[in-house]
Order: sequence, then structure tokens, then C-alpha cells
Amino acid sequence: MKKLFALLFAVLMFAGVQAQQKSDLPNVTIKNLQGKDVNIAKLSNNGKPFVMIFWATWCGPCIKEHNALDEVYADWRDETGVKIYSVSIDDSRSTAKVKPFVEGKGWDFEVLLDTNKDLARAMNVSNPPYTFLFDGKGKLVYQHSGYFDGAENDLYEEILKVVGK
Amino acid sequence: MRKQILTLLLLVFSGVQVLHAQSFLENSSVNGSFQTDAQYYMLDKGIDITDLNGKSFGINGFGKVSYTNGNFSAGMRFEAFVPELNGFRKELNGLGIANFYATYDNGFLGVTVGDIYDQFGSGLVFRTYEEWSLGMDNALRGVRTIIRPAQGVTLKGVYGRQRFYWAPYNERDFSNDDYRGIVRGVDAEWDLNQSISSMNNSDFKMTLGGSFVSKKQSDQSMFYNIPENVGAAAGRINLGYGRVAFSTEYAYKINDPSAINNFIYKEGRALLSSLSYSQKGLGVVLQVKRTDNMSFKSMYTGKQNDLDINFIPPINYTHTHSLPSMYTYSTQPNGEMAAQFQVNYTIPKGTVLGGKYGTKLAFNYSQVNDIVRDSVKFGNEMGLNQPGTLGYTSKFFAVSDHRFFRDINFEIDKKINKDWHVTAQYINLFYDMETIEGHSGAPDVKANIAFLDVSYKINKRQSLRFELQGLWENKVHKGYEYEESEKKDYQKRGDWVAGLVEYTITPHWSFSLGDKWNYGNPVPEFRDHYFTGSVSYLHDATRVMLSAGRQSEGVVCVGGVCRTVPASSGVSLTVSTSF
Repeated sequence: MKKLFALLFAVLMFAGVQAQQKSDLPNVTIKNLQGKDVNIAKLSNNGKPFVMIFWATWCGPCIKEHNALDEVYADWRDETGVKIYSVSIDDSRSTAKVKPFVEGKGWDFEVLLDTNKDLARAMNVSNPPYTFLFDGKGKLVYQHSGYFDGAENDLYEEILKVVGK
Repeated sequence: MRKQILTLLLLVFSGVQVLHAQSFLENSSVNGSFQTDAQYYMLDKGIDITDLNGKSFGINGFGKVSYTNGNFSAGMRFEAFVPELNGFRKELNGLGIANFYATYDNGFLGVTVGDIYDQFGSGLVFRTYEEWSLGMDNALRGVRTIIRPAQGVTLKGVYGRQRFYWAPYNERDFSNDDYRGIVRGVDAEWDLNQSISSMNNSDFKMTLGGSFVSKKQSDQSMFYNIPENVGAAAGRINLGYGRVAFSTEYAYKINDPSAINNFIYKEGRALLSSLSYSQKGLGVVLQVKRTDNMSFKSMYTGKQNDLDINFIPPINYTHTHSLPSMYTYSTQPNGEMAAQFQVNYTIPKGTVLGGKYGTKLAFNYSQVNDIVRDSVKFGNEMGLNQPGTLGYTSKFFAVSDHRFFRDINFEIDKKINKDWHVTAQYINLFYDMETIEGHSGAPDVKANIAFLDVSYKINKRQSLRFELQGLWENKVHKGYEYEESEKKDYQKRGDWVAGLVEYTITPHWSFSLGDKWNYGNPVPEFRDHYFTGSVSYLHDATRVMLSAGRQSEGVVCVGGVCRTVPASSGVSLTVSTSF
């Protein structure tokens, strides 16, 4: 029975590899900082690209990355219209802290709460920080694990490619 | 059970195949990830590793794939522990398909069969999750149904049996200590702002929720009369008004004698509340928690983190640098009174103290004490926590003088100019090692800890980072008089300094060299250096890290759940990627 399942899966995988253009956003519903449900499959940015970054309040490199992005975000928005969704994987020990934390840091990103890592699991994120870039149609064009100083410049080059600049 | 699930899966699959043969190929996507953590262990007399017990390497690895097609998704995860890394539970040794699921969700109705991860409210009565770095996975294998009958209303039901390492789900083996029961739960949540049109854009936010979870277990005890059904219920409310938010959850569990609570027949209670204020540049949060006998496992003989049905979140600050995180608090399942207060403030740009980039400040105070327990009468005697009795009574708001943990810290994070960035933190720590780590007789850790973390950008591509850390214990340090027979309890105690240099070439390479030195250990032979060196390579979704050196004995914690890592010496490699 297990083998059959594995075989079936292999077939599905093969089918998937041949798949064409599609949205790469999973059908997962999580909450935003206002407590409102957000269905990730319906995320969009008026046809402009958007970035999704997984992070946590206890993750040092994540905070560095957010601080670095915060400095350039206003310029990026003016130049490309890009939007950043910042997905916190903080669990219930720190969910209540996310909003005051984000506000206290003065960040302007759209923050989503992935309290039990449903979205992280669906997108195969094992360790934060993890960055995804989607084009205006929700197709995944770039992803990056981890954060090194200055890596935001590479992300921006990818964003520029998407908007054709 | 498993056969039935698989048959159902097949039916769902074939149904999708037939109905959507055309769109199937066009709209589907497949993604997945792999990770391998391997370590080669070596003898190292310097830190007292004189025998590897026949184990010279360990490998933990997983590979997962998931398939999505519109409202349908399915996936599975293969795991291998061949053998498991030191510090992980021996029961993990083995390999196979650890997890699979299929989900259909059209927005109104969602059904998942297979391994389920979910959480009701803050998790006080139900949370299943997976944490690779801890080898922790309490997935519920069974069925979950989600119904959203109206905007803002979510109803959930779960049914199944939890993962217990590699033990089969369809047959329990009592002779092999597999006493797992069935877990059933329902949860309802009502978000008034999404549900009531006049409240849609209101500044006032309100969400109500409630859950009920029960386990059905088999009484195999020779000494106690174990209840075969144990129920737990919780209610929660989230309120918000403008910049202020308040949330609280209260949980109650009927008597649930177990190995964790010493087989007492007392009910369990938990309360978790938080109040916060946020505006741009300032965030303040106060959290309080009271738990009393709230360990809830689907196996009454379960130990440590095995088969937890619920999750009791610790509410202290999570440190990330190596010395501050050496003494990390882990939740005491039998009772706690805890509070935390945190402020994040950014001194605005363009002010004297804020400078060109602003200055970020953070303050945190967290403390955990025991609850107060009073003896109860059984027969003609009075007793405290005696197995087979009601255990104790406890006043709800009483706080015991027995302090488990306290952390007061202050952080400053400052970008000085476009090349230099500095983060510094001071921490005053109290840590009851005897209770938290179970080292009987170990003196409390009272320490001052500080670190300085400096980054310097050499140019657009290259940067350097320096870390300097120190930990100074008030009582246990050089010259502290210890009992010769208790010498081994002083491993890693006393004063430490640590340093690290990291050189990064963005976007791919990072090299680091570091040392931790237990220079102030009261026992001269424990005054060891722990050198480590590492190379990391990042490329898009791929991460490779090779490191070599000594690892000190310690505790790795994620989400307040911890595992102990034994001291080791050797070479380790982590490779992870996703597609």
C-alpha cells in the first residue's frame, strides 16, 4: 500500500514537472496583524511584483534583513511598485509580541502571522529567514535562503528584472 | 486505519484525475525540500570525550514533496535517522515515510486526511507541529474537517492518533510501552469584524473562540484507575481598539493522572493573557500566564515532550547569541506563574540620539515562579502530590517564592553610518538549574551577560562581523568551593568569554572562526576552549554549511521546547535545498 502511494506520487510529480505557467501561491489561510484572514492564493499587488519573507522575532539575521529592507523600501516602492509581505512564524509564545515588535522597530511591511507554520510548511521553508519573489501574476521567480549583509541588492536586481527595468 | 486512509487518498486522487484530466497538467505545481544534517564525531580528551560508544557519525535527513492543484494538495515527507545525531531521541533511529497528507479546500469546506498539523487558539488544549531541529513531531494522523459557514466563522474538527517516533498507527503494542490513545477535538472561532458588516471597518476588533479536546486511552495500569476519557476545554477572546490589543485564553482539563504529574487526580487549569500598545516607533507588551497541572498527552506514561496534545508557551525572551542562550528556560509542565514585559522603541531619525538612521532600543523583563501548592487530605492523612490522590490545592493568584527563572535585559541597535552597525545587549539572569535541568543539588545560576555585535561593510560585496560576549556568574566562579563528589555538576559553570569573526562575501560565501572559553570554571580541568570554524555557501534556495570544532554541552530550544546536546567534537555538515 505504501509503495503504491509512493508510485502514485512519483507519477504526480512527473505530471507536475511538465506543468505550465501557473500561480505558485498555496491555498493556505493565515491572519494579518489586524486578525483578519488572508488567503495566500489570492495575494496580489495590482499586477506588480511582491516579496514574501519568512522571519521570527527570535531570529537575528531576519531582523538584520528587515532593518536593511526598511531603509530601502520606500525607494523600491517608488521605483518598481514592489510590496513586501513579512510572514512571522512566531508561535503562540510570541504571537502577541509581533505587532508591538514590528511597530517598535518602525517597519512598514505588510505583516502576516503564520502561527503554526502552515504557510511555511506549504512553501517548504525550513529555516528563517527565507525570501520569495513573485511576479505580478503570482508566479515564483526567485527564492533565497538565509541573509547575508547586502543580499537585498541582489533581491532588488531580481525585482528590476521582473518589472523590465 | 491506515489502509482506510490510503484508500480514501487513492479515491481522491483518481477522482481528481478523471474530473480534471485536462487542467490537471496545466494548473498543477510540485515543490519540495531536502535537508541533511550529518556529523562525524571524534575523540577529544580535552573536553572529556574518551569513548564514542561505537558511534562515529550521525545523520538526520528529510525529503518532502508536495503537489498542489487549485483546491487540492497532497504531500509526503521521508525521514532518515541513520543513526540519529547525538542528543536526539534514540527512538528516532530508522527511516521511512513519516508523514503524508491530502487536502481539499474550496473555501467553504476543507478536508485533510493523513498527518495533520493544527492549533486551536494559542495551543493550550491542542497543537500539533513539527520542529526538525528538535526531532519533535506530534502530528495527528487521521482526519480534519474545516467548515467556514459564514464570513468570519471557522469550525474545525480533528480526529486521529499522534505520531510516536516510528511506532505503527494501526496497532498499539502495550508490551512495548505504546499506550497511545485517540485524540478528538473541535474548535470554533468567530471574528465579529469580518462577520458583521457594520463592524467591518470599525476600530474596535473582537474575535471569540472556544475549543474542546478529548483523548480516549486504554487503562493498562496495575496501580491506578486511569480515566479512559479525558476532556479539556478552552475559551478565548481577542479585543483590539486602535493601538491597544488584548487577548486572553483560559483552559480547563479534567483529572488526568500521568507519569508527568506523578499520577495525581487533580484537574488542570491554564490562563494566558496579553495586553499591548503599538504605534510607529513604539511597542509595549505585557504578558501573564498561569498554568497548573496542564500537561496533556495522548499517552499517560509519556515522558519529556512525547505525545503532547497541547502546547504551553513559555513567555520569556528568546536569546540568539551563544552565551545568553546557554541558560534557556523551558516550560515546567506541572505549574508556573509567569510574566513578561517588553518595550521596543525607535529614537526617530534626525534627532540628537537618533542620528541619521534612528536608534532602536529594547527592554525586556521576564520572570517565572512556581505556583503555591497546599496539601490535601487522603484517608486520614494529609499529603502533597501523593500519587493516587487529588495531589494538592492551589490558590489561583498565589505566587510561590520559588523562582525558576528571571531575565532582565536591555538592547541597543544602532546603525552608525553606511558601513558600521552595532548591537549590544546586557542581561541579568537567574536560572534555577536544579528544577529546569533536573540536576539535583546544582546551585542556581545568577549571572550578568553582555554581548557586542559589530558589523562592518568593506564594500558592496564584502563584510565583516565581530561578536564579543561574556558571562559572569555571581557565585560560582574560580575559587568557588565545591564538593569533590559533585565535581561533574560544574561542567560549563562559572565565567565564560566568547569571540567570533565572520567574513561574508555576498551573495554566496561566509567564513567564521570562533572560540568560547570557560575560563572561570571552579574546576580547573573544565576550563576548556571550544573552538569552531565554519564555511557556509548559499545559492538561491540551497544552503550548505560545513563546520568543525567543539560543541559544549547545552540545550537547544525552539519554541520553548528543548533538547539537550551532549558535548562533542568533530565535523558537521548541513545541506538543505528546496524547489
